Amino acid sequence: MTASALSAAADGRPAGRRCAVGIALGIFVLLALTPLLSQLYGGGYLTTLAMRAMILAIAAISLDLLIGQGGMVSFGHAAFVALGAYAYGIAIDEGVYSIFAILPAAFAAAGLFALVTGAISLRTRGVYFIMITLAFAQMLYFAMGSLSRYGADDGLTLWSSADVAGTGLLKSDTGLFLSILAALVGVWLLVNRIAVSRFGRVLRAARQNPTRVATMGYSVFRYRLTAYVIAALIAALAGVFWGAQANFVSPAIGSWQRSGDLIAIVVLGGMGSRNGALIGALFLVFIEEVLSGITHDWRLIFGPMLVLIALYAHGGLAGWIERLQGPRRSGGG
Amino acid sequence: MSTTLLLIQVLNGLQLGVILFLIAAGLTLVFGVMGFINLAHGVQYMIGAYLCWALYQVTGSFLAALALALPAALALGVLLEVLVFRHLYDRDHLVQVLATFGVIIFVNQLAEVLFGPAALSVPPPELLDWSFPLIGGMRYSAYRIALIGAGLGVALGLWLVIAKTRAGMLIRAGATNPDMVDALGVNVRRLFLVVFAFGAMLAGFAGVMAAPVFSVQPGMGDNLLIVAFVVIIIGGIGSIRGAFVAALLVGLVDTVGRTLVTDGLRLMMDPSSANQIGPALASMLIYLLMAGVLFFKPRGLFAAGGAR
Repeated sequence: MTASALSAAADGRPAGRRCAVGIALGIFVLLALTPLLSQLYGGGYLTTLAMRAMILAIAAISLDLLIGQGGMVSFGHAAFVALGAYAYGIAIDEGVYSIFAILPAAFAAAGLFALVTGAISLRTRGVYFIMITLAFAQMLYFAMGSLSRYGADDGLTLWSSADVAGTGLLKSDTGLFLSILAALVGVWLLVNRIAVSRFGRVLRAARQNPTRVATMGYSVFRYRLTAYVIAALIAALAGVFWGAQANFVSPAIGSWQRSGDLIAIVVLGGMGSRNGALIGALFLVFIEEVLSGITHDWRLIFGPMLVLIALYAHGGLAGWIERLQGPRRSGGG
Repeated sequence: MSTTLLLIQVLNGLQLGVILFLIAAGLTLVFGVMGFINLAHGVQYMIGAYLCWALYQVTGSFLAALALALPAALALGVLLEVLVFRHLYDRDHLVQVLATFGVIIFVNQLAEVLFGPAALSVPPPELLDWSFPLIGGMRYSAYRIALIGAGLGVALGLWLVIAKTRAGMLIRAGATNPDMVDALGVNVRRLFLVVFAFGAMLAGFAGVMAAPVFSVQPGMGDNLLIVAFVVIIIGGIGSIRGAFVAALLVGLVDTVGRTLVTDGLRLMMDPSSANQIGPALASMLIYLLMAGVLFFKPRGLFAAGGAR
């Protein structure tokens, strides 16, 4: 969790990089196999679970771009997921079925909201940034709760699915599953591409020493705002899939507890690392499933677990896996 | 809207304001002195309310429940500090958010296991179980007036402690520059514990006082906590005076705004759209207020200076 550990994890020295790519590839292959496994055990349940995990992973990867790369601890990231979900839900409810209309609408809504609120929020830093992002998310939460035409607080149940150029891609479970998996792989590639790009390096440098980066002639504000908007767009994509998968959208998607979940996933997995958010999301869904199988009051176990992970798991699960592979690192950690 | 109705709204706003202040006072000190984001502070408020309910069941008297709940809330606050929070002071904000988030999840579930998910209620003390007549035939509960009075009284007492005593001086110094206080040989760990326990008791007190007014249920502190954070951000982290002004401001804006906004919109548009937009806009008012304050004063109205 220290700055040096972060930059070491994100710098991607060749050996560690290859290994991280291998882990990600393994996870994607495993995920791709779930529909097959699902047919052997328990019908579609496993597929649904995997879809939920992947949607969370997409959202968490985008949040890690902010927290891990940019050092911007947003406590309102679920708002962008909710914007995507509502763009989907409202479009379907109004009879607009083409995904090529829904996606741009979701991106436009989330991008615009991120541009305006980001520009204001980024004037502040530290704790104030955490709280102001929370405040904007709460505003949106209440705004969604007042849409009486679309179910208000109770949410909106969707009776049909989006259409992809006349094919039923998003209508079948397998089609939807494959689309989400493809999106997850795409987002993972994109965010890792950003991390090693010049843009990503400026972002990380600004996290460690904004004054120095500014002296070098970069507008820290612009870089951060761009990252904020990109993260919002990815989160909105997760939101669209959320709506498509659950066939139900409600303001609860954007509640501050959901934003807390996303932060938990990022820290749990290991922030600023290649696979942290991905592993964290899968782990969270998995552990929730296991614990709730043991007892109805699984949160009694889950809560203290989060506390222990926060206190003792430096670098999160990804850091732990990295350490398992032997003491490769030289400086810091 | 009639004057009487406005008066009732103002009283309700003050009532929310003092409860918010009792929660925010501890939060802003813990935040300002220790640089510690305690999301679980709302849990102390819930603990206070549940203690009040449980002790009322045992003793049958609200005052006895109040008297016993305060030390119990204090003790539970100390317990949480020693077990968890103590290990978080030097850590990253992110770690603090995650760990205290875990504490919320645990305590909320524990409350549900112990007391059930349904909302419980505590009757107000008999002594105050009557209502004031207001002009225009409306009445206002004496208990709620007493709640406002108690809140204002605690605020005054707190101001005296912070402004006039040695402990208060240390706390103020701690909120402005904790490292310097440490360097001057003050036992900062002990100061932290005292501030924390005191803050927990104030939030517990808010919970006890709120128990007869609001319903007692798991998670009751969560949303109030978020508003309390809005309060301390508006007021400036570490400033009791700021927390007081901002708490009353937020309480009034939130309560009075709810009726005024819808009424105001009705003048400008047709009633059905006003009824739809009004409540949403009213719920957003305090967040707009906070965003506005931060836009012009990024460190809040009365920043103490040392907060990180």
